[in-house]
Amino acid sequence: MSLPKFEYIKAQTIGEAAALAAETGDKGMVMAGGTDIIPLLKDRVKLPGYIIDLKGVPGLRQLEYTEESGLKVGALTTLREIETSAVVKSKLPAVAAAAHYVASTQVRCRGTMVGNICNASPSADTACILLVMNAAVQTAQAGGAGRVIPLSGFFKGVKQTTLEPGELVTEINIPALKSGEGSAYFKFAVRKAMDLAIIGAAVWVKMDGGRIADCRIAVGGANTTPFRAAAAEKQLIGREYGESLLAEAAATASKECRAISDVRASAEYRVDMVRVFTKRAFKEALGNLKA
Amino acid sequence: MKRVIRFNLNGEDIEAYAPENMTILDFLRKEMHLTGTKRGCEEGECGACTIMLDGKPIAACLMLAVEADGHSVVTIEGIMRGGRLHPVQQEFIDKWALQCGFCTPGMILSAIALLEHNPQPSEYEIRDAIAGNLCRCTGYAKIVEAIASAAEVLRKGA
Repeated sequence: MSLPKFEYIKAQTIGEAAALAAETGDKGMVMAGGTDIIPLLKDRVKLPGYIIDLKGVPGLRQLEYTEESGLKVGALTTLREIETSAVVKSKLPAVAAAAHYVASTQVRCRGTMVGNICNASPSADTACILLVMNAAVQTAQAGGAGRVIPLSGFFKGVKQTTLEPGELVTEINIPALKSGEGSAYFKFAVRKAMDLAIIGAAVWVKMDGGRIADCRIAVGGANTTPFRAAAAEKQLIGREYGESLLAEAAATASKECRAISDVRASAEYRVDMVRVFTKRAFKEALGNLKA
Repeated sequence: MKRVIRFNLNGEDIEAYAPENMTILDFLRKEMHLTGTKRGCEEGECGACTIMLDGKPIAACLMLAVEADGHSVVTIEGIMRGGRLHPVQQEFIDKWALQCGFCTPGMILSAIALLEHNPQPSEYEIRDAIAGNLCRCTGYAKIVEAIASAAEVLRKGA
């Protein structure tokens, strides 16, 4: 498969990249790892006149953790760097696990977490865990100061985000887990590698003894965007944890989803798997509570 | 449009013209005549085109040739040591870890990338490292054995 014609521009600053993206509009595509973009070009799904490569921009490769501000993941930080980072594995194990679920080692050595969410696939493996962790993205804008967009306001539809033309994500900020909090992500797919999720479920929970002080549940791969199962969360918050309560809430989560049918699974099957994997993710999160 | 790219290819610094819209896979095969890197699915699914970029395994079909500028690339043609096969290559032969051989260059580069940072991998870690390399002949058992055995050879300082 050949690539269509385009002009390759290696931006040197984030300002230059944003200005080029604004100027070229629909004709420009911003590239970090390229693992999503190159197949789109080969398949002629996208025919941009310009590829704006970010890899020449300094300062976008950060992977920094502090207890106060959590984890900062730069636009060029690869999924492989995240999944193999000792600090991410110990402080935010579910984030490392979600990064590891993406594709294969070869893809993760190039692909980035920022690219994974900007591509906005309904089944993006890192989207659910970022949603339940209340992550936010920092953007840069051509001729503007940039914005902070919470993940809950980032996904608009299949392959659509709320980024404006000429707006780029420079980093993702993921809050740290505090004492009594835990999180988990489970992906359900036929193969362990190189497969898209039939569904994925992520949970963040804050326990106060045996009581669920707070929780967030996100489901991916079912609807057109990853979504929060708000009614299920509401059922759980403030209650004493128990198997039957969790079973009820998981059933609610599956009622909340508007699943699609496709080659990977029927809508009915997805809905039922949301119930199963919400439960599993919740139990895993409970087993991972920070001391 | 073509651009000048300078990078290290199998230990040698090279300078070449590369079209902007050419993958590093096609550049290696068509311009450098290094056909050991196989062209399989061309969308990053099969691993037949695995090469090492700065020591990390990547899918050559998902990278532009112009992106190699300033980096170091190793292909299956660049892993022999002093005229002898790399221990991973030798173990693939000794353990019968290939049949048609199409996936083999990619498998071997994935294995070398693993063993360079993890000299004593578990079976799970080996399987995880080659999860992005599809083989339609052997069923993987022999491949996993060959990699485990190569790890042992390398640890003994072959």
